[in-house]
Amino acid sequence: MKCLVTGGNVKVLGKAVHSLSRIGDELYLDPLEDGLSLRTVNSSRSAYACFLFAPLFFQHYQAATPGQDLLRCKILMKSFLSVFRSLAMLEKTVEKCCISLNGQSSRLVVQLHCKFGVRKTHNLSFQDCESLQAIFDPASCPHMLRAPARVLGEAVLPFPPALAEVTLGVGRGHRVILRSYHEEEADSTVKAMVTEVCLGEEDFQQLQAQEGVAITFCLKEFRGLLSFAESANLNLSIHFDAPGRPAIFTIKDSLLDGHFVLATLSETDSYSQDLGSLERHRPVPQLQAHSTPHPDDFASDDIDSYMIAMETTIGNEGSRVLPSISLSPGPQPPQSPGPHSEEEDEAEPSTVPGTPPPKKFRSLFFGSILAPVGSPQGPSPVLAEDSEGEG
Amino acid sequence: MKFRAKIVDGACLNHFTRISNMIAKLAKTCTLRISPDKLNFILCDKLANGGVSMWCELEQENFFSEFQMEGFSAENNEIYLELTSENLSRALKTAQNARALKIKLTNKHFPCLTVSVELFSMSNSSRIATHDIPIKVIPRKLWKDLQEPMVPDPDVSIYLPVLKTMKSVVEKMKNISSHLVIEANLDGELNLKIETELVCVTTHFKDLGNPPLASESTSQDRNPEHMAEVHIDIRKLLQFLAGQQVNPTKALCNIVTNKMVHFDLLHEDVSLQYFIPALS
Repeated sequence: MKCLVTGGNVKVLGKAVHSLSRIGDELYLDPLEDGLSLRTVNSSRSAYACFLFAPLFFQHYQAATPGQDLLRCKILMKSFLSVFRSLAMLEKTVEKCCISLNGQSSRLVVQLHCKFGVRKTHNLSFQDCESLQAIFDPASCPHMLRAPARVLGEAVLPFPPALAEVTLGVGRGHRVILRSYHEEEADSTVKAMVTEVCLGEEDFQQLQAQEGVAITFCLKEFRGLLSFAESANLNLSIHFDAPGRPAIFTIKDSLLDGHFVLATLSETDSYSQDLGSLERHRPVPQLQAHSTPHPDDFASDDIDSYMIAMETTIGNEGSRVLPSISLSPGPQPPQSPGPHSEEEDEAEPSTVPGTPPPKKFRSLFFGSILAPVGSPQGPSPVLAEDSEGEG
Repeated sequence: MKFRAKIVDGACLNHFTRISNMIAKLAKTCTLRISPDKLNFILCDKLANGGVSMWCELEQENFFSEFQMEGFSAENNEIYLELTSENLSRALKTAQNARALKIKLTNKHFPCLTVSVELFSMSNSSRIATHDIPIKVIPRKLWKDLQEPMVPDPDVSIYLPVLKTMKSVVEKMKNISSHLVIEANLDGELNLKIETELVCVTTHFKDLGNPPLASESTSQDRNPEHMAEVHIDIRKLLQFLAGQQVNPTKALCNIVTNKMVHFDLLHEDVSLQYFIPALS
């Protein structure tokens, strides 16, 4: 793989890497015929991010040397980010950036051609890996809204930078409401300040959602995409479904597109009813106290048993297979919307009424995880097609 | 108890925001006292505050276009609320370019001071940001601890130098010693001194001027060059100075020898009094 980025696009690439670094610790580089894909997922699998840079984004783009297979690799986010750490420096001094990966060398080479003849070469070690693919389909989400990133950026300003989660919903009169979300604490002597921002329908280019719907997701992760979209002056679309189903954030322009898929908190039905009260400025009443483990506590969750390893590393790094799961040999499902949405629907048992699912961020990709823990398992869902060799 | 107030003037809003930022730097938690004519931010000299106390007062009609309150009772027509100062300053920060700001005492699932900001937006629709600041209503029986502190007759009263300069001096001194001596005389001289085993550092400020003394007898007895001094914790002084982002309209320092230093500032029309006790 060999590609050359020049001029202002170097900074755009750098910004994208910064965005991705807000999500995960490993960057998956996947040179496709459609362009270069940069992907990452967070450790608890509750957030996935992907940028696809079209061939036209590059001055020169070669996905694979002719006659060779497409190579893909994953590298430490920290290492890749260090090349692009100073955006100001990228803008001021870097003229060209050349990224190359060849089968023989064991290094991903990133070369920055700077002013005054200075050339900085970074040799980053990588691991071969299978493709990181999340199963999601914006078209299957019943609700969506689209606004210039700037509008959303301004809307998010009143929230403290440290705020972890935010609830996005549609209130009466189709007003879009963002509210800070705080987990209910057992020892609630010191209450946190609750901030709510209310936007009119007119601020949105498209708003397709019923009044009363709401989702809660990680603001910090969302900010990663938002800052990129603001700097590129793009519109940001949010596709969402019921609480608990992943929310899909997308941006697009002629040269690139980005998708961030974030898990949302699943709530009881009463939550969405209470949204009617948002306009009356009553905070959403706290649900019955459920334990709300930090997303990173996922590792010990039973739900992990539904997960399928997303990638296996060649050379036996130790695949991330969790005990009792059916292993799919390196899932690489094609991104056609049809079959997947069906699979997700099949595999999704309906929530047992009257049993509030615990408030947790669900692992995204293996979609169908709305069944309360401990419910009888249906036939083990096939969540990813068997890979039929590299694309 | 009821309280609702509104600010529509941009300059008033900015001023109120600056005051709130200052309070947030001076006290993590403070008491807000609401009375028909005034708003006070109060820090009383509990052990938890290290003996430091603060009394900030503003006339409500200088800020609010609407102001309605109903206190605890007709005889005690006041409201005392405890809140985290940073919450208020953060809420007001949103209001930088707002059309209007409303503050109300509300009782959503817990008692709050709700700050509602109407923002300008490109489109015709209004954009509203609301902050619910959790508060604790202070019971009537504790009000007596939250009254305006008595200012004892100072030994020396002197105008302060530019606070920014004072702050940068004290900041450097903090690295050398944890306590400092502040001394001044009636001849317009103020010194900041620190002393350790290895080194003594003194910064002299001259020609500061002294306000006319309240009590005649003190001025006659006192040699104008004689310094009144007090040992204080340097961090408390630094915290006070760090809170003054803008140079005040008037800044006065009153020293009661070996007892305390009292800072009396005026930021336009808002008065701030800050008391730092002497180290025992």
